[in-house]
Amino acid sequence: MPFHSHTLKNGLQIIGETNAAARSAALGFFVRTGARDETPDVSGVTHFLEHMVFKGTPRRSALDVNRDFDRIGAHYNAFTSEENTVFYAAILPEYMSQAVDILADILRPSLRVEDFDMEKNVIIEEIGMYEDQPMWSAYDHAKRAYFSDHPLGNSILGTPDSIRALARDQMYSYFDRRYVAPNIIAVAAGNVDWPKFVDLIESRCSAWQQGPVGRQGVRETPGSGAFQVLTKGKVTQEHVFLISPGPPAESPLRYAADTLALAIGDDSGSRLYWALVDPGLADSADCSFHDYEGAGSFYTSFSCEPGQTQENLAIIHKLLREVQRKGITEEELQQAKSKIGSRVVRGSERPMGRMQAIGMSWIYLHQYRTVDDELNAFDAVTLKSIREVLDRYSLEQVTTLALGPLETLSQKGFNGSR
Amino acid sequence: MASVLSALITRGAGARDSRALSLALDNLGVDRDESVGSMHTRFWGATLARNLPAALEIYADILLRPHLPQEEIEAVKALAYQDLQGLEDEPRQKVLVELRRHHYPPPLGQDRRGTIQGIESLTAEDTRTHYRRLFQPRGTILSVAGNIEWESLRDQVERLFGAWEGGPEPDLRLGAQPSKRAHIAKDTTQTQIALAYPSVPIGDHEYYAALGAVNVLSGGMSARLFTEVREKRGLCYAVWASYQTFKDRASILCYAGTTNERAQETLDVTVGELKRLQEGVEPEEVERVQAGLKSSLIMQQESTSARAGSLSSDWYYLGRVRTFDEIQTAVNELTPTSIVEYLHHYPVGNFTVVTLGPKELEFKE
Repeated sequence: MPFHSHTLKNGLQIIGETNAAARSAALGFFVRTGARDETPDVSGVTHFLEHMVFKGTPRRSALDVNRDFDRIGAHYNAFTSEENTVFYAAILPEYMSQAVDILADILRPSLRVEDFDMEKNVIIEEIGMYEDQPMWSAYDHAKRAYFSDHPLGNSILGTPDSIRALARDQMYSYFDRRYVAPNIIAVAAGNVDWPKFVDLIESRCSAWQQGPVGRQGVRETPGSGAFQVLTKGKVTQEHVFLISPGPPAESPLRYAADTLALAIGDDSGSRLYWALVDPGLADSADCSFHDYEGAGSFYTSFSCEPGQTQENLAIIHKLLREVQRKGITEEELQQAKSKIGSRVVRGSERPMGRMQAIGMSWIYLHQYRTVDDELNAFDAVTLKSIREVLDRYSLEQVTTLALGPLETLSQKGFNGSR
Repeated sequence: MASVLSALITRGAGARDSRALSLALDNLGVDRDESVGSMHTRFWGATLARNLPAALEIYADILLRPHLPQEEIEAVKALAYQDLQGLEDEPRQKVLVELRRHHYPPPLGQDRRGTIQGIESLTAEDTRTHYRRLFQPRGTILSVAGNIEWESLRDQVERLFGAWEGGPEPDLRLGAQPSKRAHIAKDTTQTQIALAYPSVPIGDHEYYAALGAVNVLSGGMSARLFTEVREKRGLCYAVWASYQTFKDRASILCYAGTTNERAQETLDVTVGELKRLQEGVEPEEVERVQAGLKSSLIMQQESTSARAGSLSSDWYYLGRVRTFDEIQTAVNELTPTSIVEYLHHYPVGNFTVVTLGPKELEFKE
């Protein structure tokens, strides 16, 4: 599938992977800004702004935005992470010009005060919704404990208080600084007429302001090493996260790190599965690798009956120590690779999957990577490269957080304190 | 029972024990899942096309020659127990589980997680009896989508499953209709609201009108529930309605999660919108619904997993697979009149209402 790229005079980049055989097309605007780019006085502003983008422009009311998307049957949404805000739509190919017209228009939002005040309610509801989900809450607290004063620990949603305290002009000034053309990438995949796509983007986005890009505080961190127990009497199960350092998104070691995490904690046939889930000691157990700009980490987690937590922690600690010392076996490596292979292939069936993949690869590596490039990179993972990950990032260097009914947990055996 | 059986059934089958079975599927890169719904236990797997024949051999073992080992039953029961406990930490799922339990006569509304007593009293022998009674070729559907060769697939399936014998399809006797109101007291940040009311099953001549109606309510972000409850009033983050069918009955399920202080208003506004639908639908709304359904239909073709799912679902409900053109034509024929006529035949009302949160809400039909 051919790859294309183009940069507008104002610095906005356009990339695309075209496939004439696809039945749909996907497009997205990737803005390189996230919770890590916020100062404490505007905590939650990136995500709130993502909502406000759908609230209209001088040309469109909020209802017009939703109606115009629905008229073309678009599957559209947006998400905010620690470092990106992405607005996207999957559409039938004949609606590309309308889709670009809407998306490009809303990326210059009016941020009307009455919409701003109304949407605060929705954001506070969203915070409440997550608060009622202990697994998510545990993840969020664990991430904050691990990253501590590192900007990646910033909360994406903010708190009800930080949202209530936000002023419209604070949001505008954040928008003005972060939504500059050189900080934005327009991405398309699937059944797309490339020259026409470039023309559409050019005509809608050429007037967007330029400005400095980049972010502060890009550095690795071994994590705080904290051990926290958050007691929530109303929660039924105990939800536990252990976070340890891993390679950053731009490191070639990320493929080995992903493979390692899968061998340790995939939902079937992994070390954690056999140690905790198969014998019924935990109802779920997982290990995943998350990579960010300049930093990465392994998130190991489980939930279980509160009384079982201490023993499960000891099992996990032993398991992580064993992997840290001896690595994984050739057989585990091959299983993990074959699982990843079929996931990569199926994840790229749809233009939406490809659009996300090439967008992220461009953001982090400034590189176009085909499905085959990805498959080959995973195929090239060896026990040696896994050893390299372990040598540089110790699985035993954990920050631990438990959330649930328990009042205390012993941290014996963690971080070398035996 | 079905959940425990579905977890036990992959713990050894044919010549392989539990670990060897898991390993064999992993080596083929089979992403997989066993799940228990109201009417079926579903085995789902996805892998590269070249691995399909080998994966099918393993699934034949699982379905026809499971060990259902005695020594694994306690672990599987412990997991089932925790799954049930875990529901208490998922208020959004909990309220929908309770909604179905109160909306349908048993066993239709029963949740796969069962009850504590049910799990505690289960034995491996019970699962074997259940397996023998219900795991049989009649009523089992195998659907495959993707890069396949039909002839060789058919021959292989004939060889693997052709000798599978079974008795008559067990009949389903329904119990009495449960109470249609419930409140689950829980000290949560948000109140969960769930509603259900009757619709027409798939296969009914008004099925597409029912689908049209639910999409006017909840088909996109410009649909009525999202616009009125979230966008205009800021009452919630999540609000939706969806269509759920059995062979002989169907329902519209509706959900909203909201801060406790605004829960009563959210319930009132939501019910108001559901009822207002009968007063009429704008042509513009129908056009948006048609555009949404058309693109969903086309995009569904792009995922082999979604294709396999819709093949078996059509085969079960309708006894045939609908063509793309058939669905497209029916969607194109939707009009405001056909939707309103359906709503006159099946008026919005006779609600089942379940709430979860610190305070009970008032509901007037």
